[in-house]
Amino acid sequence: MSHHIVEVKDLAFTYPDRTPALQGISFRIHHGESVAIVGANGAGKSTLLLHLNGYLTPTGGQVRIGDYPLTRETLREVRRTVGMVFQDPDDQLFMSTVFDDVAFGPLNLDLPVDEVTARVDKALATVGLSHLKERPPHRLSSGQKRRVAIASVLSMAPDILVMDEPSSGLDPRARRQLIELLRSFHHTKIIATHDLDMVVDLCERTIVMHEGRVKADGPTMAIFGDAELLESCCLEKPLRMQGCPLCNK
Amino acid sequence: MASKIDKVFYDIGRLEILAEQNSPIHRLDPRAKLLVTIFFVLAVVSYGKYAIADLLPFFLYPAIIIGLANLPVGYLLKKLLIVSPFVLFIGIFNPFIDREIMVQFGPLAISGGWVSFASLLLRFSLTVGAALLLIAITSFPAVCGALDKMGAPRILTVQLLMLYRYLFVLVEEGIRMIRAHALRSFSRRRPRYRIYLQLLGNLLLRTIDRAQRIHLAMLSRAFSGEIKTVRQFNFGRSELLFLLLATGALITLRTTHLTDLLGRLLLEISQ
Ligand SMILES: Nc1ncnc2c1ncn2[C@@H]1O[C@H](COP(=O)(O)OP(=O)(O)OP(=O)(O)O)[C@@H](O)[C@H]1O
Ligand SMILES: [Mg+2]
Repeated sequence: MSHHIVEVKDLAFTYPDRTPALQGISFRIHHGESVAIVGANGAGKSTLLLHLNGYLTPTGGQVRIGDYPLTRETLREVRRTVGMVFQDPDDQLFMSTVFDDVAFGPLNLDLPVDEVTARVDKALATVGLSHLKERPPHRLSSGQKRRVAIASVLSMAPDILVMDEPSSGLDPRARRQLIELLRSFHHTKIIATHDLDMVVDLCERTIVMHEGRVKADGPTMAIFGDAELLESCCLEKPLRMQGCPLCNK
Repeated sequence: MASKIDKVFYDIGRLEILAEQNSPIHRLDPRAKLLVTIFFVLAVVSYGKYAIADLLPFFLYPAIIIGLANLPVGYLLKKLLIVSPFVLFIGIFNPFIDREIMVQFGPLAISGGWVSFASLLLRFSLTVGAALLLIAITSFPAVCGALDKMGAPRILTVQLLMLYRYLFVLVEEGIRMIRAHALRSFSRRRPRYRIYLQLLGNLLLRTIDRAQRIHLAMLSRAFSGEIKTVRQFNFGRSELLFLLLATGALITLRTTHLTDLLGRLLLEISQ
């Protein structure tokens, strides 16, 4: 099935202030894959993700989602296929109740009201927040907000989930719940994150970015085993792959 | 400084919590409440500039609503007081401009200016109070929804909704910046004027950035200019009843001089 492929070819992007954020990125992600994008601050992860749903227009190269190259005409279809969870849930939850927020996408797709309600209920149940339906989003905790943000994307039934630092700002338990939640999805997942331990849990493949380029792309365990590579990209091994500092092993 | 903003912020939240109650008044369709509020405001402002006695019976409306909807009077009065400086400023010159004597209580002569000033205050408390009440019994987003359903320009209702939603976020961002400043400015209590400008500019930039990100989030969810909800608006029998009762009462008040009548009645009884 070529349907949910994400293909990026020689992608380059320079911000208007001449910051060359991406300098020739290429990769291909297949249906059902779960891929982590890691890299130091300013490596270009967020910039890359913003290309995947056509928010930024490449200054060079091409993005293909499924069978479409990303162009002005396919934008709407692509945005329906790619569900994007942003770094700050406050940017994503703009309606006055949780329910309205999760219903926002499906209503814009002009689905019948019954179908919308069913989808919202299902999405909220998936993230375990059915009881907060009527609450205004700005009065939720950050973990709850994050889960509502995910529900608001799930309700659109996207084929590809793209997430920017989904675990930042969560307490250990909320983080664990999030990981379990994400693990239960069979979508194609693309996750930009600094949480390398989460990567070990969720992603079989990792793309390492450094200064706007792809520095490495391969199986997660192989990449995290390469100390030299990590060092050169300002990264550290996930904690669980490091020796025990107490017993020096 | 920051704590003061914190408090205002909390207060807006309180209004929102009030709107979440479940009284017979809260359950009414927002459109009915919006219409009644509009009629009420129209009736109040339609009086001449010296009206005082005729305005007094209109306080029955807030009183009844507050009673039925179980709202805290003190809190609402405080909200009203916060906005009152504006109207004081508008009306305070009346007594100096309009010095003609209008009422004579024995030795006490009251000029037209004072009468119109008092009338202005009354009208202000009634209209702003009614608007506050509307939000406390309907919630701001529901009022926007009602406006939209009743044919207000969509761009306006969407703007209002967004403004309301992000007021909280914006205030919070402002608080964070002021706090950051306070932490690093040591002995200085208040930021200097120039720094204020910088803070403001910074806040503006952040706001623009955020607006862009929100727009992006809306676009990624297939936004096409219209904010849709599944909220069922239901204009049923109780709404009709409420509307008829309220409009009936308003028309009666507007066409009769209730205070006068009452006064005359009292006089007759006492004689
Ligand atoms: N709006 C912008 N205008 C100009 N330059 C920008 C803008 N956003 C990011 N950049 C620059 O682009 C480069 C890549 O930034 P990006 O946000 O993609 O990094 P990132 O990998 O997501 O970092 P982080 O881990 O800190 O989130 C950085 O050098 C950054 O300074
Ligand atoms: Mg980033």
